[in-house]
Amino acid sequence: MSAWVRALVSAAICCQLWLAPIVLAVVETYEFSSPELELRYHQLSQELRCPKCQNQNIADSNAPIARDLRVVLYEQLEQGATDEEILAFMVARYGEFVRYRPGVDRNTLLLWAAPGVLLILGAAGLLSHFRQRRDSTANALTEAEQAEIDRLLREPRA
Amino acid sequence: MQAKKFIPLVAFAVLAGLLFRGLSIDPTDLPAARLGQPFPDFDQPELKSGRQISVSALAERPALVNVWATWCYSCRVEHPYLLALAEQGVPIYGLNYKDEPVKAREWLSQLGDPYQLNVVDVEGSVGLDLGVYGAPETYVLDATGRIAHRHVGVLDEAVFQRDFSRWFPMVAAAVVAADLKGVQ
Repeated sequence: MSAWVRALVSAAICCQLWLAPIVLAVVETYEFSSPELELRYHQLSQELRCPKCQNQNIADSNAPIARDLRVVLYEQLEQGATDEEILAFMVARYGEFVRYRPGVDRNTLLLWAAPGVLLILGAAGLLSHFRQRRDSTANALTEAEQAEIDRLLREPRA
Repeated sequence: MQAKKFIPLVAFAVLAGLLFRGLSIDPTDLPAARLGQPFPDFDQPELKSGRQISVSALAERPALVNVWATWCYSCRVEHPYLLALAEQGVPIYGLNYKDEPVKAREWLSQLGDPYQLNVVDVEGSVGLDLGVYGAPETYVLDATGRIAHRHVGVLDEAVFQRDFSRWFPMVAAAVVAADLKGVQ
């Protein structure tokens, strides 16, 4: 019986894992005139941030404003707007905030620079740590200690 | 060598400081992208008269532009205060945002009408051009017709005195408070 239960549980878990990425996005049907437009729609709607529910992109959000922005995005794509034009349109109305990849300016400089700066700081820290350890003689063994270790290692195990 | 021991403590203190600062930051307080720009033009019907109006209809300045809808509970909360402001001579234009005009007219006849006029924006296109992301929102249109300030959420006495009063010197703090009681 327990085998049955286990099989059922694992089947349920598998189903959930399989469904998880699908249920994230809002279900809507747009008729695109070309698959290339549809691809750009998906890319842009994931890159644009919902102004109302701030930690979601407009593809995942059910907020009315996100729905409106998806309609605008769809219409502009069908009218032949470039990605830059669409992003400029959104930024003019909602500020750099609507982009998950904002342009580099005074406000976002820290955001953009932080990963590089932290990486360099971390690398410098590690380097100095290892260099210190190699140069340090504080932990070096005296001759007597080394002899003791050698003796212990040679000793047959009980 | 001794100083090194304190690195984790200092790092923790800095992190704690940042997190504590974060507690008092309002994440809904977004910078309005339209600040300093002229109010975007539109061609929409007016709520009561039904005639087509454009941005030139918002002629009295400085003025408030209040984004509202009958589906918005907070708009009902701030409505009495808008009536009090209108009583004090503050010109208020309404943007009836993604609403049903029939319901909106009903609301105004039942609760009172603080607006000079109302721009009907069923589709939300004027709101989109303005950068509106919900209701209520209230904008200040300065003497030159530019957007000088945006407030997201309920407009009340405290917010008005803090952020809006410099454009509307005719509103005296105590008078508005007394008036508000009368309305309620």
